[in-house]
This record gives sequence, structure tokens and C-alpha cells, in this order.
Amino acid sequence: MTENTNRARPISGPVLNRSLRWMRDNLFSSPINTVITLLCVYIIWNVLDVIVSWAVLNASFGAAKEACEAATGACWAYVHDMWRFLLFGTFPADQHWRPLLAMVMLTSGMLLSMNRRFWSPWLAVAWIVGFIAVYFVLRGGVLGLSPVRTAQWGGLTLTLVLAVVGIAFAAPLALLLALGRRSEMPLIKVVCIVVIEVFRGVPLISVLFMASVMFPLFLPEGVSIDVLLRAQIGIIIFQAAYLAEVFRGGMQAIPKGQYEAADSLGLNYWQKTFKIILPQALRLVIPPTMSTFISLFKDTSLVVIIGLFDLLAATRAAVNDPMWRQQFIEAYVFIALIYFCFCFFMSRYSAYLDNDLKKSTSH
Amino acid sequence: MSPKHSKSNDVNPILTLLYDKTFRSVVYQILVFGGVFLLGWYLVGNTMANLESQNIATGFGFLEREAAFGISESVIAYSPESNYGRALLVGITNTLKVASIGIILATILGTLIGIATVSKNWLLRFIGVTYIETFRNIPVLLQLIFWYAIINRGLPNIRSALSPIEGVYLSNRGLYIPVMADHPAWTWVGAGFIVGIIGAIILRKWSLKRLEATGHIFPHLSVGLGIVVAVPFLVWLVFGAPTEMNVPAIQGFNFQGGARMSPEFTALLLGLTLYTTTYIAEVVRSGIQSVPHGQTEAATSLGLRSTWIMRLIVLPQALRVIIPPLTNQYLNLTKNSSLAVAIGYPDLVSVSNTTMNQTGQAVEGVAIFMTVYLSISLLVSFFMNWYNKRMSLVER
Repeated sequence: MTENTNRARPISGPVLNRSLRWMRDNLFSSPINTVITLLCVYIIWNVLDVIVSWAVLNASFGAAKEACEAATGACWAYVHDMWRFLLFGTFPADQHWRPLLAMVMLTSGMLLSMNRRFWSPWLAVAWIVGFIAVYFVLRGGVLGLSPVRTAQWGGLTLTLVLAVVGIAFAAPLALLLALGRRSEMPLIKVVCIVVIEVFRGVPLISVLFMASVMFPLFLPEGVSIDVLLRAQIGIIIFQAAYLAEVFRGGMQAIPKGQYEAADSLGLNYWQKTFKIILPQALRLVIPPTMSTFISLFKDTSLVVIIGLFDLLAATRAAVNDPMWRQQFIEAYVFIALIYFCFCFFMSRYSAYLDNDLKKSTSH
Repeated sequence: MSPKHSKSNDVNPILTLLYDKTFRSVVYQILVFGGVFLLGWYLVGNTMANLESQNIATGFGFLEREAAFGISESVIAYSPESNYGRALLVGITNTLKVASIGIILATILGTLIGIATVSKNWLLRFIGVTYIETFRNIPVLLQLIFWYAIINRGLPNIRSALSPIEGVYLSNRGLYIPVMADHPAWTWVGAGFIVGIIGAIILRKWSLKRLEATGHIFPHLSVGLGIVVAVPFLVWLVFGAPTEMNVPAIQGFNFQGGARMSPEFTALLLGLTLYTTTYIAEVVRSGIQSVPHGQTEAATSLGLRSTWIMRLIVLPQALRVIIPPLTNQYLNLTKNSSLAVAIGYPDLVSVSNTTMNQTGQAVEGVAIFMTVYLSISLLVSFFMNWYNKRMSLVER
């Protein structure tokens, strides 16, 4: 009860007073709360102690490996030695500007697409042109660039390619599947339901196995499709099945009156879908859509199992280097931070966009 | 716009047909289905031709043949002389083993952290949210590989095994824990436990019936829990209360006694649990927050005690929101356990992979494990539909 009267009082007085009051309300409001607070402080202190003393206090930051012998904590010389390999994989060393350029193009494209001012059909065109450009920058063979096989693409570059291309193609495919599942044509509906439920029912790894082991058997003799492309298609269809269910949920939440109003205005199916239903439905499902994209980004790491050389695979190869056998923790923590930054940024953006759209549409 | 509605006779009949909605829909469907059918036909044809030219056998006859590879751990009896069918069965049981233990642990931890994130204490909330954000934004495969590397490379060897608690040893050969020594009593204690659960269910039915009839509340939850604990305890006493433990101890180059969790299993269980916990915590949090505060206030003003408010008002409503996404997370954990292949735990996918490499029958191998996962998913979703129907609000 005391905390309520405290809160009712207008905030005034020196900062110290205010923060004391905040602490009393949020940390020490009751004896149990005080015990919990002290326990939390104890836990946080211990965890921070381990992390800080390993990563900073006892760590060696020099670029030379010899400095690590004395340090009991992390040996960041390892990351200094390995970052190129982790970022670019086995891409020819003199050509590293190419994957770097590709990564800059992909990330800047993503950042631009996050801005609502650029949302227009032209964005799709720009993406298609961008993908073709990225493809040729990496593959070479034009404008005097030396050709580089896809097997040599690797590291963070490959992870970003898989993730961004995956997101860009999974979304439209998911839209088609969701519309198909809601269609009134029974055969189309059945095809879409089967695709969605089968891909949602099995682990991604089995889809990747199918793409890598089984798919070559499906093609006529002499024809082969690059394993990277096969894995990419597998990832796209798999995530599209999940995304289709998210989109369908949004469409189901639109009141029937909206459909009927569109019909009575004489709009045809595509006008009704793209001008009336989808703009409202997609807005409702921004958080689950973004979390599917985050899943897609994290799940690109599974391609290590079928032998592609993404960020995780590069790290796995790097920690097997006999010279750095003890530094595996540094390597994994480093790439965990990379993954974390991308995923955390995406989830923050999702929350921001959701709020922003709610604000702009509230009456 | 649509000529379908114009009745004038000068309209071309073919055009009329083209604009007819039913006709169009039939054409679209024939096109899509025909396309799918032709694609399937083409792929199957190619596959048959390829299998023939590469001399790969087809069919499931290989399941009867001797597997001739060892599996490092298994719940059921297995030796390299067993057949492929048995090997795959070992894979399935290993998958179910890690999934079921992981589900139990993740549910407990997830519920605790979910409650922590809605706590009134700011620091506790902070810890909960930090945990969720950290472990959720790192790929689960990376976490598995990390834990495996820690156990495999970071932990000392058996001679200098860590022992955080007396009798528990952690080394690069896995985790060794003490278990109760073999005694006939334990089988009966297990039976007593099941009898206790059945008794508690009967008690609950009876007390609810009595509540409907007379309005008297019987504390079936605490008494039921008491029965579940007391029956096995009494059985244990009757058998003379055996307390002998089987404690692991170093003998030669390995531990003897106790129970062993292999490094692969420990890493897989740890990774899956910590990762899925974050999702379950979010599910629990949203479930708790979905019950409007007015419900609690209304119950308070009716004079209900706070424990009853939780049990009779808040929990039933929160569970309705929690259960469907929770089942989804259980399924995700089961599917993610297939990542075991990356760290060498012999789950279904990993055993199938070995089988495929030995027999070359990739189509059958992939078909088998896809069917298993698909059946689990479909079974669970049927159960969910049944549950949703049962639990959905019946509005009057």
C-alpha cells in the first residue's frame, strides 16, 4: 500500500531521492523482494565476474600468439588471426574485396528496405538487380573478374547470402501458399495444404539432406544443380511453409465485412487481395513474420551439416587448426556475438516497426 | 464489367466462357494439378532411371540385412550383428529419450524464467529478459557445438575429473552420477507411484463431483499430491527402506558404477534445453499476461483467497493460451534434436545417415526419417485440435 501513495506523489526533489524511491518500489518493496534482489545481485556479480575476468581482465589483446601463453583468460590474438577466414571462408585471399562488397551491398539493401519511405514496387526491382550484381561480384567471370566457384564462397558472406536471398524469396512464395490454402478451389487448396504441412512436419535438416543426397537422383543424367542452390531452395521452401501459416493467420483475422465490402465495390480477386486484405493482414503479423526471418537467419547455420562452408562451418574448421586448439571458446564466442547482433537487431526492428505502424494507423 | 451478367446475344460465347468464374477455376486447378502431376512423373521417372544405371537397390529389403556398424549408446539391446531395422529403432528411441528429458527440463526452467519476466522485482525481470535474449538469438546448432567442444576439449580427463558435488563427476568422457543400487524394492516403488497418480485422479473426480453436488470444497490438490508421495514412500518403508547407493569411482582408466551420460547426450540435452527454455518462457509470460487484471480484482471482490484465485481463475484461463504454443515448442525441440548428427549422438537422423552411406539407398533412408517426424507432428496436431475443441470457450 505504501508504494501506491509514494507513486501518487509528483516526482520532485533531487535525483538521489527519486532513485532511492525507485529502488524502494522496484527492488525492496517487501522482505521477500529484498531477498530476491540480494540473490539476483549475487548471481549477476558471479556471472559478470567470470565473463569480465575471462574476456577482459585476464585476457591478452596482443596480435601475437606468444602473448597468450601467459594469459589465463581469452586469447584475442586468435580472432585477430582468423577474422578474415571467418568472414570470407576460402575465397581467394587477393579477391577479398569482392565478398566484402557483396556483404556491404546485402546489408545496406536490408537497411534501406527497413525504411518505410522506400516501400514501393521499385524496391522489388532494385532487389532483383542487386541480387544479380551480388551474384556476379562473387562468381566473377565478367568485367575481368576471375571466376570463383561457389564451393569457395564461405564464412559470413555465405551466411548473409543464404539468409538475405532466403528471406527475399520465402516471403512471396509464402504469400502464394497462404492464398492457395485459403482459396476456394479444392485442388489448389489440397496442393498447398500438403506442401505446408509436410515441410512444417519435418526438421530442416531432413529437407537439406533431401536437397543434398536425394535431389541429384531426381534429375536426368548429366544434369546437375549446384549444391549451394539446392540448399538455398530447400531453406526457402521450408521457411515459406512456416511463413505461409503466419500470413494465413493474419488473413483470417480480417473481418468478413472487409471481403464483402471489396466484393461489393466490384474489385476482382487480385485487387481485393493486394489493395484491401493484405495491407491490413500483414500489418497484424509483423512480430511473427520477423521471428520467422530470425529463425531463417539462425537456421542457415544448418548447412554446415551438408558440407557448405558458412560462418559456423568456417569456425569449426578454424578451431581444428592445431596451432589454436585451445582457443575454441574465443572462436565460438566471437561468432555467437555476430549471430546475436544480427538477430537482436532484427527483433528490435520488428518491435519498432510494429509500434510505428500501430501509431500511424490509430485513430 | 463482367460479361457474364450481360444477357445480350451479340457477345462471343467463347469470351463468355473465358470470363466465367467456375470455368476459370476449373482451368486453374487442372493446370496446377496437372503441373504437379507431370513434375512428379518426371522426377520419379528420372529417379528410377538413375537408380537402375547406378545399380542401387530399391525397396525396404535392406532393413532385414545386418547393419555391421556400432552405435555408441542405446536404450534397447543392439549389436553390430543386428539388422538395419533394429538400428533405426535404436535411433528412434534415442531421439525420443533426449526429446522427452529435454521437454521436462525445458518446461520447468521455462516456467521459472517466464514467471521471472513478469515479476515485480526489476532485477529478476532483468535476469529473465537477458537470459531469453541471449540464448534465443544464437543458433541452436552453434550452442550444441559449443557445449560439445566445452565437454570434449575444455573438461579435464577422467583422472582429474571435476566433482562439483560428492559422487558427481564431470570429465571429457561425460557426466557420471550416483544412482540407487539395484534392489527389488525400486520396481515396487515405481508401481506405487503409478498407483498414487491413479488414486489422485480418482480423488479429483470425486471431489469435483462433491463440489457440484454440495458446494463443499475438498483440497484435492494437496491431498492428491500427498497420495502420490505417500504411497511409494510406504512401499519403500515396507521393503526395509534400502538406501544403498551405486556411486561412480575410478577403476583403471574409467569410472565404474553410477550412471553415465555421454558427452554427446549431455551437450545435446544442455543445448536443446537452454534454447527451448527461452521460447517456453515467452509462451508462459504471454499466457500470464493474457489474463486481464480485472479477473483477479473481480475474484478478490467475490472474497476468494489468493491461492484459489490463482488456481480457479487465473491458471485455467492462462493455460488455454499457453498450451497450444507450448506443444509447438515441444515439437520444435523434438525436431531440433535431429541436429544431434552434428555432434555424433546416434539419433534417428544420424543412424539413417550411416545407413544411407552404407547401403546407398538415400531415397528410402530420407523417406523413413521424414515419415517418423511427420507422424509425430501429425499425431501431436490431432491431439491439439481435440484439446482446443475441448477447451474452447463455450459461450452461452
